[in-house]
Amino acid sequence: MSGFIATLERLDRRWIFLAMAIAVAGPIVYIGITGKTLPETSTPAAQAVYDAIEALPKGSRVLISYDFDPGSSGELLPMATSLVHQCAARDLKMVFIALWPLGPQMVTDTIKRVITADFPQMKEGVDYVNLGFQSGNEAVMKVMLTDFKKAFPKSEKGTATGQIPMLEGVTRVKDFPLLVTISAGYPGAKEWIQYVVSSSGGEITMVTGCTGVQTPQLFPYFPAQLRGMLGAIKGAAEYESLVNASLAPGDNSPVPPKYLEAQRRMGPQLGAHLLMVALIILGNIAFFAQRREKAQVKS
Amino acid sequence: MSPSKSWIVIIAVIVALVGIRLSIGQGMGKVYVEQVDTVVEVEAVAKTKDHDGSPAQTVKWTQFNGVEPNKYYAAQATNPAQTVVTLSWPRTFGLWLGAFFTLAIFSFMYRDNPGYRLAEAVIIGVSAAYWMVIGFWDVVVPKLFGGIAHGFVIANVLPTLPAPPTEQVIAMWFALGLGGILLMRLSSKGAWISMWSLAFIIGVTAGLKIVSHVESDLIAQSVATFKPLISPQAGATGVIELGPTVWASLANILIVVGVLCCLTYFFFSVEHKGVVGRAARVGIWYLMITFGAAFGFTVMGRVALLAARVEFLFDDWLWLIDPAGKRVVEVAAAAGSFLFQ
Repeated sequence: MSGFIATLERLDRRWIFLAMAIAVAGPIVYIGITGKTLPETSTPAAQAVYDAIEALPKGSRVLISYDFDPGSSGELLPMATSLVHQCAARDLKMVFIALWPLGPQMVTDTIKRVITADFPQMKEGVDYVNLGFQSGNEAVMKVMLTDFKKAFPKSEKGTATGQIPMLEGVTRVKDFPLLVTISAGYPGAKEWIQYVVSSSGGEITMVTGCTGVQTPQLFPYFPAQLRGMLGAIKGAAEYESLVNASLAPGDNSPVPPKYLEAQRRMGPQLGAHLLMVALIILGNIAFFAQRREKAQVKS
Repeated sequence: MSPSKSWIVIIAVIVALVGIRLSIGQGMGKVYVEQVDTVVEVEAVAKTKDHDGSPAQTVKWTQFNGVEPNKYYAAQATNPAQTVVTLSWPRTFGLWLGAFFTLAIFSFMYRDNPGYRLAEAVIIGVSAAYWMVIGFWDVVVPKLFGGIAHGFVIANVLPTLPAPPTEQVIAMWFALGLGGILLMRLSSKGAWISMWSLAFIIGVTAGLKIVSHVESDLIAQSVATFKPLISPQAGATGVIELGPTVWASLANILIVVGVLCCLTYFFFSVEHKGVVGRAARVGIWYLMITFGAAFGFTVMGRVALLAARVEFLFDDWLWLIDPAGKRVVEVAAAAGSFLFQ
């Protein structure tokens, strides 16, 4: 036992890195080859996001803000894909904006992967539009409260916002029955709550998908100021599972792999978390054994 | 083994493994593109005070869209001489560069090395340059120059930029003035003048943030804390159910107790002894659980990012796995499916 404890105390941290690499890579290879994913049960926060979208009447406008970049796409792109999938399947009109400079490229990618590929009947400008990036962070949000077209005067392709058919009648952000932000940091979900939801006196319904780092900061806002929340890749997997279950065709045909991305990433999560738990237990064993040893030496 | 020798061994092993992988099946790390020719008829634009006008014209361009390898194989099988779907050398180079930088960053976990330092320097340099370009083309050109020299901007740079309202023109002259003053920081004698711009920035930011924080964090969060300690939960039939009522009430009690105890912990005007001390102790437990949850979520986030990079290496670069069905079944995948199924 003392030899084992001594080995733990002297353990080179690079062995832990190697163990983590195996814990993450192993499930990725297994899931990548077999296509098997772990079952998911939705939590109230993820269910609330799904319900908020389901509650919208057909043809409603949804404002979707892509407040992230490729640096966090591993966590956030799967939830963005599922979100657009549900909105498109529910015949909702999607207005994409971005407060992060690389957001519009992420929007274009999602439009190609989901709308162009699976909903070719949807027309740009009529069913969806990408209004691109606007610099100014909170200032853009404040302007949107009073004059939406001033905040986003033209689309990504250069069409004046006033000439886009699906934006007819939109003057303020309040004209959207649902606001969705996929958020990786600043500006993101917290700023949307502070500058838009709170300033509107609770008239604006907002849901968010956010990174793991942001999730604990945003939980206090749920459910009063934030109607629903997808916290990290776990929230994405729960939501993805809900959307796939509701949109599954009756003929038992498999779900396209692009709609299983978050569930696939829960495999490496399981491996990494089991390793982390094991390491914490081992670390504590070593700590208490060392303390006991010192106490024995003193006495 | 000396550090340089161990690096030579590691790189040799990686190169050998990649070489073996390249020789199996369809190889690895290739990106294909589809050539799409687009023709658009542009209507004539009448001459206005902001625009010189332009005649009707036909605009043509060719777009290269990334496609899955399966599409290339299908196109080749139909017509081996086709040139619509082709291998893209620049994108393939980009993919290999991405793989190199990913491995270079990971290599730091073993030991600091020139590959890691190169990747780090490239990331910082590219990020700084990208932000500068974004700042220039998304802020300075459309907002500042678009406000104070709109005619020049639409004639030379952004033809679709809407005309600014008068208040924007005034605001932009004001912003230009403040921006110029801010640059006085570079002067040893006139640096104090830049304080005016800084004072304006701090004042506006504080003004915006105070109002929003009071509304969303102080008032709304205080309201959210006022919870009934007993929260009866009615079922579908309208009858109050014991189980959900107990859980909902317990959740509310935990929130109220937690808020009071955490506030007590940060209240230093009274010595933390007796009831106050015990409440502060409970507050510490709440804080520790909160930090633990935050740590757990951070780990989850980081593992998700790591998983995305490993997926990139295995799927896009090495072609070892194919979860999205982008290629025909590869040798490694076939061997894997034999092992796992």
